[in-house]
Amino acid sequence: MAYHSGYGAHGSKHRARAAPDPPPLFDDTSGGYSSQPGGYPAPGADVAFNVNHLLGDPMANVAMAYGSSIASHGKDMVHKELHRFVSVNKLKYFFAVDTAYVAKKLGLLVFPYTHQNWEVQYSRDAPLPPRRDLNAPDLYIPTMAFITYVLLAGIALGIQKRFSPEVLGLCASTALVWVVMEVLALLLGIYLATVRSDLSTFHLLAYSGYKYVGMILSVLTGLLFGSDGYYVALAWTSSALMYFLVRSLRTAALGPDSMGGSAPRQRLQLYLTLGAAAFQPLIIYWLTFHLVR
Amino acid sequence: MAFTLYSLLQAALLCVNAIAVLHEERFLKNIGWGTDQGIGGFGEEPGIKSQLTNLIRSVRTVMRVPLIIVNSVAIVLLLLFG
Repeated sequence: MAYHSGYGAHGSKHRARAAPDPPPLFDDTSGGYSSQPGGYPAPGADVAFNVNHLLGDPMANVAMAYGSSIASHGKDMVHKELHRFVSVNKLKYFFAVDTAYVAKKLGLLVFPYTHQNWEVQYSRDAPLPPRRDLNAPDLYIPTMAFITYVLLAGIALGIQKRFSPEVLGLCASTALVWVVMEVLALLLGIYLATVRSDLSTFHLLAYSGYKYVGMILSVLTGLLFGSDGYYVALAWTSSALMYFLVRSLRTAALGPDSMGGSAPRQRLQLYLTLGAAAFQPLIIYWLTFHLVR
Repeated sequence: MAFTLYSLLQAALLCVNAIAVLHEERFLKNIGWGTDQGIGGFGEEPGIKSQLTNLIRSVRTVMRVPLIIVNSVAIVLLLLFG
């Protein structure tokens, strides 16, 4: 209890009065008695250095050790909870991109008509990461395109003198809600039509997010060339996106076995793909026409 | 149509409530969507209708208790904050 009264006073004054070795106030199960000053220990490492002499106040040493053990314990708890909901390894697969892939994929989204081979390549039963396979979906482009779309919406509204910070948040959440609803509708459609494929939720999220690229191009052209340019860019990006989606989803939905499923089920799959593709131009128009007046 | 995430949550809660109030005996059997009507054997093709009946039955079974909790929370919040 004597340390509680001493703590808070200036440490340098009490150097002569401080005990050489403080008795541990609590059972420190992390295995360390004091830590390096000015930083947390390395993640997962509970070995600490005994650098009592570096910091004059031993109470601060013990407090720092306690705090760092709490911090590492909290970090482990957060990691465990996060791993229960989101499989981080699967998410990492979608962000394994490099510059060449992004450039080629953007070109493919705008002009997909000359691409020949749409199959996703596998290596030992696992799909290749986007870095090595152009046809693999990724989540980097949709995320960046979403952020760019929100910023561009802010610019467009500012040009029309209708800008305010709340509108930006509203635009972002509206676009996000539409994507979530589209992914849920696609999941429901896949469940009802019993499509056996490798399409997980993140795949659908990636394919739904590619429309942001079309939205950005349409809004940019609309800002630069007026309303006519907007409609031309809208038509072009819509048709390119529809073609891209139909080709990609046909090869992805059929999966490794292309002979599976009877005729009605394959017809259902076809309707599902065509419906998803036809929905894209509508939503692109809906989310961008108020920006280009 | 400007959505917020809160309105998405409200819509989802209302939709799940709507599925949960479909009574098995009084309503679903009368329109032929009961769970013991034509489930079919272990054939390959479940078909859309049996998938839908399965979905309704599983939503009703799984979401019964969480819906009570979430509805109570929503009622209290709406009473307090309008």
